[in-house]
Amino acid sequence: MTSRVSAITINTFREAVRDRVLYNLIVFALLLVASAPLFGAISIDIEHLVLVNVGLSSISLFGVIIAILVGIGLVSKEIEKRTLYTILSRPVRRWEFIVGKYFGLLLTLVVNAALMTLGFYLALLATEQKLTHSDAGLLVAIYFIVLEIVMMTAIALLFSSFSTPVFAAIFSFALFIIGTFGDDLRNVAASSNGVMRWFTTAAAYLAPNFSSLNVISQVAHDKPIGGSLVLFNTLYAVLYSAAVTAAAVLIFNRRNLK
Amino acid sequence: MKPNLTPTLVATVLLVGLYTGSVVALRKLDTLRGREATLEEVLYVPSGQTLKRISLGYSGLLANIYWTRAVQYFGSRLWHSSHFELLAPLLDITTDLDPHLIVAYQTGSIFLSQRVPNGAGQPDKAVALLEKGIRANPEYWRLYFTLGFIHYLDRHDYKAAEQAFDRGSRISGALPFMKVMAARMAEHAEDTATAIAVWQAVYDTNPDPMVRDAATMHILSLEADAAIDQLERQVNAYRRRTGALPSGWSDLIRARLVPGVPLDPTGVPYRLAGDGSIQVEDPSKFRFLGEDRKERN
Repeated sequence: MTSRVSAITINTFREAVRDRVLYNLIVFALLLVASAPLFGAISIDIEHLVLVNVGLSSISLFGVIIAILVGIGLVSKEIEKRTLYTILSRPVRRWEFIVGKYFGLLLTLVVNAALMTLGFYLALLATEQKLTHSDAGLLVAIYFIVLEIVMMTAIALLFSSFSTPVFAAIFSFALFIIGTFGDDLRNVAASSNGVMRWFTTAAAYLAPNFSSLNVISQVAHDKPIGGSLVLFNTLYAVLYSAAVTAAAVLIFNRRNLK
Repeated sequence: MKPNLTPTLVATVLLVGLYTGSVVALRKLDTLRGREATLEEVLYVPSGQTLKRISLGYSGLLANIYWTRAVQYFGSRLWHSSHFELLAPLLDITTDLDPHLIVAYQTGSIFLSQRVPNGAGQPDKAVALLEKGIRANPEYWRLYFTLGFIHYLDRHDYKAAEQAFDRGSRISGALPFMKVMAARMAEHAEDTATAIAVWQAVYDTNPDPMVRDAATMHILSLEADAAIDQLERQVNAYRRRTGALPSGWSDLIRARLVPGVPLDPTGVPYRLAGDGSIQVEDPSKFRFLGEDRKERN
């Protein structure tokens, strides 16, 4: 079972790294990260702040875009190319296919994030001539960005398991936007009454919440991030992604592929 | 062939278990981060004009979101905190994004002007917000009314209040009471009846439930204040006549100083204390008792 999942994981990774869209996005993201020092140079007294904000925002935004654009085609491409039927005709269970695809894309995205992080730290080094202790604190924000990507990958896979790539992209982007307003949604729920309160509370907990994962502004201002926040953000991202992947398995198991 | 239901069952159980776990983790995160996490970030983009440019044309939608945030921010601090630092910037951003969002000027300025803990206690910022609103919406007479109201009740600048009511009364469609208000400001600004009339007009013209509740509470408090003043005069008259304080309402009734047991505006009898002072039975229903009178004196 493990070997079948890991085989699909590795194949998905290999296939993803051959994708030209992925390279275009990575190059664009690296260009943006590399241009951060230029933005910094034209800002008075906030060079470091601009560099950190532009760099981390680029890693986050492009990480999510890549997760969605690559994730939405994971299942539909296999159906379109009819390779899915070959895979499933072998002793591979549908859930193993979905879980393998998820880990394959995740591996791709973690490698991407690592590349972009390297580019970001090189830009920091080029601008400031040296890295300080506080620059290490930026890794917490990058870790949270990876957690965000972990969740978005699961969401893109969920929509990919039953929808066309276009609709999967629309749904995934919509959920990403809703997730970034997660706190507001819960504030609305808290200030509503009756049925509206139940409805908005359910929607607020059903949709992902990326608010607590966005600490870019805090780390840019050298504000410390507590260990409990790291722990519970990790727990939340892992549990939510696993739940969404379980939903994808559930849907894909029932899907008629004839 | 019978379908294998095991993966479906396992996936369902996992889905429910993991999702429940994620909700528990999210609730724990809420506790860790506190209530202000979202709103604190507003200060990182303090310019409404900048936000307008990056809103890709959806500035109206963004204004609605910011107005909702302002209301939530105010509601979360009302009665609990004296810190409303973000209220004015939130309202400023909202009205930069949508200069025609009347409710943000009309209700937002009342949130700003009311004394702590009923509001932010920033009447000057409220005036600035209303003047900005009037510049963007000169045809809307109700903004002049709110401006006059804040000059009158919170800034005690009766001349400015008179001018605001007068300017508003000249706008087409303005209700006749605007002229009456202007005249009252000129002649009877310090009367309780004027204060009640102003609050009544606020109640009648503002649809926001929080503002209307505050208006009701002010009217009840002002009416009770006026009645207590009158009753204390009767107690003093009794003391002058008999040389002693009344032991209860029956003494004042027998002395024909009051026609019966006096009732407060909610229909509950006033309490006559041993020292001759008059009190309301339930002060929570008269939150502003004594305050409006004290402020105007």
